[in-house]
Amino acid sequence: MRIRIRFAKRGRVRWTSHRDVARMWERALRRARLPLAYTEGFSPRPKLSFGLALPTGCESEAEYLDVALSDTVDPADLTDTFSSLLPDGVDVLAAQALPAGAGSLQEDVTSCRWEIDVPQMGPDALAEVIGRVLHAETLPVTRERKGRPVTDDMRPSVLALSSRPSGTGAELVAELGTRPRGVRPAELAQVMGIELGLARRTNQWIERDGSRGEPLATPAAHAAVMERAS
Amino acid sequence: MTSLWPRIEPLLAHVTKPARYIGGELGACEPEHGAGRVAWLLLYPDTYEIGLPNQGLQILYEILNERADAVAERSYAPWTDMEAAMRAAGVPLFSVESSRPAADFDVLAFNLSAELTYTNLVNLIDLAGVPVRAAERTAADPLVIAGGHCAFNPEPMADFVDAFVLGDGEEAVGDVTEVVRRWQSQEARPPSQQDRDDLLVALAKVPGVYVPSCYEPAYRDGRLTGVSPRVAGVPATVEKRTITDLGAWPYPKQQLVPLIEVVHDRLNVEVFRGCTRGCRFCQAGMITRPVRERPAAQVQHMVRDGLDRTGYDEVTLTSLSSADFSGIEDTVSSIINDPECSGQVSVSLPSLRVDAFTVGLAAEIQKVRRTGLTFAPEGGTWRMRQVINKLIREEDLYSAVDSAFSQGWRRVKLYFLIGLPTETDEDVLGIAALARSCVEIGRRYHPNVTVTASVGGFVPKPHTPFQWFGQNTMEELRRKVNLLKDAARGTRGLTLRWHDPEATAVEGLVSRGDRRMGAVIESVWRAGGTFQEWTEHFDLRLWNDALAAAGLTFDDAVYRHRAEDEVLPWDHISAGLHRDFLWQDWQEALAEHGLEDCRWTPCYDCGACTGLGVEHVVASATAPAGGSQGTGQDLDSGGTVPVRFLSTRAPVLAGEPVG
Repeated sequence: MRIRIRFAKRGRVRWTSHRDVARMWERALRRARLPLAYTEGFSPRPKLSFGLALPTGCESEAEYLDVALSDTVDPADLTDTFSSLLPDGVDVLAAQALPAGAGSLQEDVTSCRWEIDVPQMGPDALAEVIGRVLHAETLPVTRERKGRPVTDDMRPSVLALSSRPSGTGAELVAELGTRPRGVRPAELAQVMGIELGLARRTNQWIERDGSRGEPLATPAAHAAVMERAS
Repeated sequence: MTSLWPRIEPLLAHVTKPARYIGGELGACEPEHGAGRVAWLLLYPDTYEIGLPNQGLQILYEILNERADAVAERSYAPWTDMEAAMRAAGVPLFSVESSRPAADFDVLAFNLSAELTYTNLVNLIDLAGVPVRAAERTAADPLVIAGGHCAFNPEPMADFVDAFVLGDGEEAVGDVTEVVRRWQSQEARPPSQQDRDDLLVALAKVPGVYVPSCYEPAYRDGRLTGVSPRVAGVPATVEKRTITDLGAWPYPKQQLVPLIEVVHDRLNVEVFRGCTRGCRFCQAGMITRPVRERPAAQVQHMVRDGLDRTGYDEVTLTSLSSADFSGIEDTVSSIINDPECSGQVSVSLPSLRVDAFTVGLAAEIQKVRRTGLTFAPEGGTWRMRQVINKLIREEDLYSAVDSAFSQGWRRVKLYFLIGLPTETDEDVLGIAALARSCVEIGRRYHPNVTVTASVGGFVPKPHTPFQWFGQNTMEELRRKVNLLKDAARGTRGLTLRWHDPEATAVEGLVSRGDRRMGAVIESVWRAGGTFQEWTEHFDLRLWNDALAAAGLTFDDAVYRHRAEDEVLPWDHISAGLHRDFLWQDWQEALAEHGLEDCRWTPCYDCGACTGLGVEHVVASATAPAGGSQGTGQDLDSGGTVPVRFLSTRAPVLAGEPVG
């Protein structure tokens, strides 16, 4: 069977990389003595797949991991087990068995929602910058790739931006698409021409046939949705 | 006490690998500082990834934190980008656990494992905001202590370090803690400069502790004539500390599991300490005698418990030659047959012995993640290997390599040294010949095998039979590397790697230097020469300039043969070895005579056992199975072997004295 786990990354541990987090999970899964399914060959590894990489330094309330198991387990038992086996700041929010044939995180996720601190800037000033960015035809970002400068247009992936007040200045709320390619908060800062502080990914969204859902909702979010529906 | 974290975190967005500075490892303590506790900051003078796995520091970390009168945290050398950011923001060196300023600790304790990190040590003291020269420190400054293998020639670092701890640290850290605590609880507060001097003298009286300021070097005609006590009551010769029973120290119990990838990123369990193979170039083998094995049951417990606790899927059984561990086969099979591990745990042995037995063992334990096998014949010809006492016959190597390739390995790595005493071009070219033959053997099994010959330049080390040898010049080493490059050219599957001869020369400079080398180290540091063990930062020019300013030369300090009666800078430091044993062994080397492993043959009276009142502690009176064991030894009858058996804990004589 496969299980999907949603976890948060908060506090100091945000300074670890996506690869570091993958290694933390490998060790935690072994310590939990789960019946992990391994790859074949001379160098067997547990079959894990993570969603979109979270840039080093960012926090998240919506990281995902799919784990392949060689036997069935009850995912409800896993949430507490894992939180005690993972470093401080990595907390499991939900775990669920995946239906057979479920798509991969990497391919399914279409956009992410971010909340980003904008220190030393008022919400109105930020709103002005947002207006300018959203009116731009193109938002080119140049980076070095294999020693050569490559320019990509960020505009198609900047889906929505809004400003709201926060304790230290303003907060930027951004919906960023993953196609043709994802936009990192650092690249957003570059096209907006402002300095951004701590960035927190709050959701990853899968948009399909006009409706939008999360790969795995947290129980709290799920309850809220049910409440609104009733 | 204030944490520097709010000032550190803003720097992290702009540096590489920011998680080096956040701590949070599994097994890290939550430090409780307070009156009555001596606060130790344990430092490794290289990056976090290199320093964190250091077993010595991890052992001391736990032992200190278990004590009611001590607390220990850790710190490492910030990479150059972080150091620049810290200096620009006025943030001093801090601990990774509680982000506490280094200068707030009572003791800054460094591990000294590599000579090229010495300038980093000086830099870290400075980054802590503490005067780098011991003589300029006041009673308000922390004590700077250093231990580790390089401490066996403390003189080059004598200007910067208040006290060196020689040998095993398990017991010594407790003794040092007690002296410092007693001193702190004196009535006169704040302490005066005289009080600090009193503390240093008190430390100098602790066995195994060398306090440079209590000793005075003397020179005549530019040569050292001796280092002798300048205060009463301190020993003329400082003897190393030795723990007799490794089983009494099952540390680390909580090996640190870092959040980021580090070197040796796996469970490490030390199976024995010390080595009596007697390789004459090997400082570690000489200064850690005698052999003290850990009981096999304890090893098994530490492995099982460690895997459970850490979630690692790989364990290394560490020592200087782990295949020599008496319980090796049982230990290994207990790990790989453990149902809990379900075949997913791999075991590795560092420094494999060169023989088919060892390869068989390796085949059994590396069922998963089989990468490459490494052997260390060290010398290219049998003559050369007799000189260095690494008695591996060509056929031993070939049968080991044959058995590796036949059992599925595709990559074999061979370690060699060049610049060894009495070495000729024939010996050097022998390296290429051996490696080529290994490729040919491999081709019988697979068309695409690779053999890597890794060639290091030999640096004579203190307390070894080669301590008198004049190191090869960097030009000579470069010529020998070129000989090898030519000889290796055109052999498909053979890769040659070599160590930079310039870095080898500088390592030699610092390794056997006397106290005058301190000025050289300081000027290299002042000129910005940190991370000298990193190729991208190593700068020979800085060392040349510093040497010239100090009136010293490579010719005299590194390349010159020492005479039998010459005073060596570490003559007042004892690793337990008799000087005449080392000289005799040096003469044997020049005569191309090998010497057998004294664990299973008569005693050569090197001094380590008799002088320290301890014995080899092994579980078996006979060498482990497997023919020559790569030592040339075919044991038929034993002599008087002063071994102590783990099971009986009583000396057992295995036969009549010989010779």
